[in-house]
Amino acid sequence: MAAQTTTVASQESSHPISVWILPVLAAWIVPGGGHFLQKKTGRGILLLASIGLMFLFGMFMRGMMFSPEKGDILTTLINYGGFVCDVASGVFYFAATMFGYAAPDMPGDVHDYGTKFLVTAGLLNILAMVDSYEIAVGKKD
Amino acid sequence: MPKINLSHFEAAFLFALFTSVVMGITTKKTDAERKNYGIYCFGCFLVALFGIAWLMRIGHG
Repeated sequence: MAAQTTTVASQESSHPISVWILPVLAAWIVPGGGHFLQKKTGRGILLLASIGLMFLFGMFMRGMMFSPEKGDILTTLINYGGFVCDVASGVFYFAATMFGYAAPDMPGDVHDYGTKFLVTAGLLNILAMVDSYEIAVGKKD
Repeated sequence: MPKINLSHFEAAFLFALFTSVVMGITTKKTDAERKNYGIYCFGCFLVALFGIAWLMRIGHG
């Protein structure tokens, strides 16, 4: 039993990086890009539309972009976690920061929803990256 | 850049819609399963949205 588990684990970790790195990077930079690269156009369009619209709505609601700031443990965790999630949106994050989008942290439910939309767009893109990885290594069609 | 003011319901509805689409696509293996799971997730979001809203209303009296 233990030997079987070891064999399965070693088989799963034996996928060479060259097989999956390009789709995963493409999926990070352009949401749905990994799927486009893997000729899953329909799914790619849906991912791009959903993640892109979520990010845009977050900006239209003037959601805050996190920056990596230190403080007490909770502040550090929230800021670094939020920053990673924002960056995970790929081209949307880079374009927004390049064009000077920097909404301050304001009180109000709409701004708060906006911040959550921006963070969730990144989290959803991480799911899309994982899906691209699984398609690349043959775990999924 | 336009600024929009969505209500709680509108924001939660859009959140549920986009999240359900991505979760449906990324978690299942066939198109039929993806569609069904996306609809299931969206339904769960809406049930939670209305359920929690009513709970808060009843709780506040």
